[in-house]
Amino acid sequence: MQNYDMNRYEPQFLKNLLRRMLLIRRFEEKAAQMYGLRKIGGFCHLYIGQEAVAVGSIAALDLKKDYVLTAYRDHGHAIACGMDPKAVMAELFGKKTGCSKGKGGSMHLFDVTKNFYGGNGIVGAHIPLAVGFALKIKYKNEDGAVLCFFGDGAIHQGAFHESLNMAKIWNLPVVFICENNHYGMGTSYERVSSVTEFSQMGAAYNITGVKVNGMDVIDVFENVKTAVQDARQGKPVLLDIDTYRYKGHSMTDPGKYRTKEEIEQFQQQDPVIGLKTQMIERNIINETDYNIIDEELKRISAESVEFAENSEEPPVENIYEDLFA
Amino acid sequence: MPEITFREALRQAIDEEMERDENVFIIGEEVGEYNGAYKVTQGLFDKYGAKRVIDTPITELGFTGLGIGAAMAGLRPIVEWMTFNFSLLAIDQVINNAAKYRYMSGGQIKIPVVFRGPNGPAEYLSSQHSQALQSLYAHIPGLKVIAPSTPYDAKGLLKSAVRDDNPVIFLEAEMMYSWKGEVPKDEYLIPIGKADIKKEGRDVTLVSYSKPMKIVIETAKELENQGIEAEVIDLRTIVPLDEKTLYESVRKTNRCVIVDESWPFASVGSHIAWLISKNCFDLLDAPVELVSSEPVPMPYNHKLELAVQPSKEKILNAVNKVFYK
Repeated sequence: MQNYDMNRYEPQFLKNLLRRMLLIRRFEEKAAQMYGLRKIGGFCHLYIGQEAVAVGSIAALDLKKDYVLTAYRDHGHAIACGMDPKAVMAELFGKKTGCSKGKGGSMHLFDVTKNFYGGNGIVGAHIPLAVGFALKIKYKNEDGAVLCFFGDGAIHQGAFHESLNMAKIWNLPVVFICENNHYGMGTSYERVSSVTEFSQMGAAYNITGVKVNGMDVIDVFENVKTAVQDARQGKPVLLDIDTYRYKGHSMTDPGKYRTKEEIEQFQQQDPVIGLKTQMIERNIINETDYNIIDEELKRISAESVEFAENSEEPPVENIYEDLFA
Repeated sequence: MPEITFREALRQAIDEEMERDENVFIIGEEVGEYNGAYKVTQGLFDKYGAKRVIDTPITELGFTGLGIGAAMAGLRPIVEWMTFNFSLLAIDQVINNAAKYRYMSGGQIKIPVVFRGPNGPAEYLSSQHSQALQSLYAHIPGLKVIAPSTPYDAKGLLKSAVRDDNPVIFLEAEMMYSWKGEVPKDEYLIPIGKADIKKEGRDVTLVSYSKPMKIVIETAKELENQGIEAEVIDLRTIVPLDEKTLYESVRKTNRCVIVDESWPFASVGSHIAWLISKNCFDLLDAPVELVSSEPVPMPYNHKLELAVQPSKEKILNAVNKVFYK
C-alpha cells in the first residue's frame, strides 16, 4: 500500500469515503441474502471487494458536470453516485418504485439526475457511449469529464480499442477505468491477455496508462483526480485499477477456478478495513464510532429491503411504456 | 417546383437541420473532406467545418456507439453508414444500446439519433455489398425505420427523423441517389408513420417502399393498359407501420401484392402479408402475394443478380395470381 499522508484530507471527506464503501458492502450483503430468498432473480453481480474503486473514483467528480457509465456490476457505482439504496433495491426486486421502474433490474441501474448512465449488460458495449458523452462535453465547450468503468474481461473487446482511438484523435475528456478484478467470469485475465499490464495498453493509442491499487481508496481517489484533470484538458487517460471481487462472477458462480488462499490474500488488503485502520490511527474515529456507522448502514440496507418488499409490482399495462420518447 | 436529385434532397435536409439546430451534426466515414462516399454531404464540411461534419476512422461499432452516447447526452447526431452492409459491425450498438437504453432505464433517457445510408442491392457488387437489411432493424422494438422512394419524401422524412427524439434507421439506396423529383423550395416536413398512396386504383393494392417503388409504379402503368387499376401504396415508414392506409386500400380492392426486396423469411413483406391476411381476411378475394428477393446471397453476374431481385415480370405474375389468371 502506498503511503499517503492522511493529514492532508479533511476528516469529513475520509468519513464519507468510509461510509460509502461500507454502505455498498452492507447493501450487497443484503442483496445476496435477498437473492438467496429468491426476491431477486436473474443475474446479480456483487461488488464486494471492489468498493474502493467506485467510491474513490466518483469522489473525484463533480456530478453536476461529469458523467459515469459502467457495466453490469453496477450496484456500487450507483450508490457511489449518491443513488438512494431504496430505489436500487426496489429495482433489484423488479418493483415499480425501482430506479428503472422494474424494467432494468440489477444490470441496468440509471439515475440521469445524478449523471449516472448505467448499467450495460454487454461486455464493453458502453465504452463507445462514454466517448459520445465526452464528445458532447467538448462540442458544447463544457468543463466536464466522463468516467467509464469496465472489467478486465472487456479490455479485449473491439469496442474498447475503437473507443481509445477515437478519444485520442479527438482529444476527448474521458477516463477509461479498467477494474481488473482478475477474472472475466471464470477466466483469469492472465490466461487470455497478450499483455497483462493493462496500463500499457494505452500506449498503442498514445494514451497515458496508470496502474492503481484498487484496494486503497486513497490511491484510487488521487489517481482518478489527476486523470480527470488531464481529461478536462482533452487528454484521455487509461487507468488499470487492480482489485478483487470476493464473491463469484454472479450469484450462481461457486468460484471454483480460484483458491481460498488467493481470496484471503486480497481480503487481507480489504479496502474498508484498510481505511478504517488508518482513520483510527489518526484518531478520526474509534472502534465505537465505526460500529455506530456500521449499524446505521446496516439499518439503511435493511430499510431498502423493506421498501422494496412493500412496493408494488409494475402494472402489466406498462409494458408498452418507455419504448419511444 | 425545382427538380432535384434524391442525393440533393437529403443534403438539403441535413443542411437545413444543421442550420436550424446547432446540436445537429453528422459523423461517418468520408462524410467531411471527401464530401461523402456517395456525395450526399457534399459541401457541408466547407460550410460547417470539422466540428460538425466529423470524419471517422473505419470503426463502425465505435462511431455508431459514440453517436448513441452523444444523443443520450443531449446532441442530435446523424450517423452515416457508408452502406448498411457495414452497419452489421455496429449492430450490437444499435440493438443493445440505441433500442434499449430508454426502455431499460424506465424512460429516463432520450436517444435522438439518425442512422442513415444506402441499403439494398446496387449493381455488380456481389454478396457482401448488395443486401437489403431493413427486416433486421424493423424486427427490433425501440427503433423507427424509414425508407422513402422519392426526393420529396426523402427530404421531408429525413428532417422529421432528425427532430424525432428516438433512434431512427433511415434507408436510402445507391441506385436512388441520382433519381430526380420535384422538391419545393419552402420548408416542409413529412410525418413519420404515414404511408402515401402514389397512385389511386380500385382493382388491386400494390404495396412497396424504397427502391422497388420505381418498378411497382411502372408495373401499375402496364396494368392500366390491361384495364387493371392498381392502387400503389408507398409505405415510406416501415416502423411505425401505417396499417390503416393498407387496410383501407384492401377494403376497396380486395386484392393485394406486396413487393419487398428483402429476403422473404421473417421479412417486412412477410409481416405485412400476415397482417393483411389476418385483418382483411373477409375482404380478400385471393391470398396475398409477396414478391421478394430470392433467398440467396447476391451473385456478381448481372443477369443472375437481376434474376434474384423483384422485377416487373415477377410483379405482373403475382398480380395475375391474385386475379386467378
